[in-house]
Amino acid sequence: MCGIAGIIHRDGSADIGAELTAMLQSMKHRGPDSTGYAMYGQPDDLVVVRFMLAEPNAMGGFGMDERLERNRAEVEARLAKIGADLATIESESGGYAFRATVRYGGDLKPLADYLEDIDGCEVLSLGNSLEIVKDLGDAETVYEQYQLGSLKGTHGIGHVRMATESDVDLASAHPYWAYPFADVSVVHNGQLTNYHVWRRRLERMGHRFQSECDSEIIAVYLAQQLENGMPLETAMKHSLDDFDGVFTYLVATGNELGVAKDEMAAKPLVLMETDDLVVMASEEIAIRALMGREVESRDPFEREVLTWQV
Amino acid sequence: MASVNTKSGVVYDARGLVEPDPEPPMTAEIDGDSAVIDATDLTTRKINLELKRIVYDEGVNNVTIVNPGSKHSLGVGILKRCNITFEGSPGWYACGLIDGPEVQINGRVGWSLAENMMSGSVVVEGPAGSLTGAALRGGDLVIKGNVGARTGIDQKGGTIIALGSAGINTGFMMQRGRQIICGDVNDGLGDSMYDGVIYVGGKIASLGVDCVPGEMTEEDHEFINRKFEIYDLGTPPELQKFECGKVLHNYDALEPSERKLVL
Repeated sequence: MCGIAGIIHRDGSADIGAELTAMLQSMKHRGPDSTGYAMYGQPDDLVVVRFMLAEPNAMGGFGMDERLERNRAEVEARLAKIGADLATIESESGGYAFRATVRYGGDLKPLADYLEDIDGCEVLSLGNSLEIVKDLGDAETVYEQYQLGSLKGTHGIGHVRMATESDVDLASAHPYWAYPFADVSVVHNGQLTNYHVWRRRLERMGHRFQSECDSEIIAVYLAQQLENGMPLETAMKHSLDDFDGVFTYLVATGNELGVAKDEMAAKPLVLMETDDLVVMASEEIAIRALMGREVESRDPFEREVLTWQV
Repeated sequence: MASVNTKSGVVYDARGLVEPDPEPPMTAEIDGDSAVIDATDLTTRKINLELKRIVYDEGVNNVTIVNPGSKHSLGVGILKRCNITFEGSPGWYACGLIDGPEVQINGRVGWSLAENMMSGSVVVEGPAGSLTGAALRGGDLVIKGNVGARTGIDQKGGTIIALGSAGINTGFMMQRGRQIICGDVNDGLGDSMYDGVIYVGGKIASLGVDCVPGEMTEEDHEFINRKFEIYDLGTPPELQKFECGKVLHNYDALEPSERKLVL
């Protein structure tokens, strides 16, 4: 059992960090292990690189501080080497998670690969507007740890996780970035039973996996379809036939937000749609936490694929 | 913990773990045979304790719960005849395990409405989530909007009426009772049903395993008209009847090897 939430403002920017936190915190009972956000601000010329250098569980180990310092210097060196001109870099939350902005016009895959080649380094997100923040604990903990109150954006998706198929760690926390595609992220509630088949298939095509979590397959699968030139909505429709198991997942790009439900409608989703705001969550209580009043909502049926533009 | 509010006012303790041994909050306003509970600042457990206190200890027969705020498991386990009104939407598992109350919900509900209800009635003005009336044993369930997937799964009695459409596997493994779905139904209608009847007004995406069309009789019409009249639902639409084909399940309790012995 996990909880997912999505919000898209069609009339401009809002306090997306605080809004998603209110929604995710109200669904803490669906997943207290970790909380994650994928938020989309105003697109920038700079590329935002969110990365981590160690699992929070591993912090405090022997020589960890020195290793982090060394690896951070290595990240900066490699960024310079590949031609990414570092604008800012700041450490967030306990010294293992970082946010950097770089001037970079090249292909994102070599950049991600080059950084992830550093021991313990995982690129959480890359893009001109995407910010993926995820950590252990409930929404308020992560909100305060990463100071999300200042984050503004037009749309975003979030996830509270109750670990069932894989570890409680940062690598298994959602949202997943659809490596190596700029600004594509996914959150998922459910289990995918043909995970290993698809993982082997996608690995042969050259995709990388960071975790043992079945949900990561959705992000990588969609990335592969996008690479083939397929529109997002079509790729999502194909995923209904390609994935076995139960799922409701949300996917977001720089200007789009979509939802797909499996053919058994086994996982919940409640949707509220107005002219300038679309809000969805696993339970209505999350929408109530945001709106603070009675709302008109509906539950999409099985096999529904819906997308909205900013 | 007296309130659901923390520093940011967004914490909701759905499982009641922070209050293992609470007392009723005594906040309801009682006026003769009526009472109003404001659920705004109360947890699920406190709301239900207050409701039980009013219905059982105070003997009040008409209770209104305002601002239910989509909290889960509200109004469960009331085993006494009374009238309960929700002004707003409760969340999941609303009115489960009830035996007797007549419930009016002026809002929508989440998943698993009136699970295992024994008798009484629940009328919902808006839509309902999946698993509506799961394992329903008796009483009437009226939903004026759409219902989700697996409506009346494992239904063992009673009646479910939905004025809107229904999702996948409506009446999955139902064993007795009736469903009236006025709108469309999605795939797998009446899948693996043992018995009971489903009436459908709209389009049927596909029938489930061992669910077959039946013939409408005078009794069927009388039953449908009577229910629509009781709940003031207007004229019923043209309905098709579906029932169990009785070929899927083996009603003979003997194993093949045992049967040989008997014969």
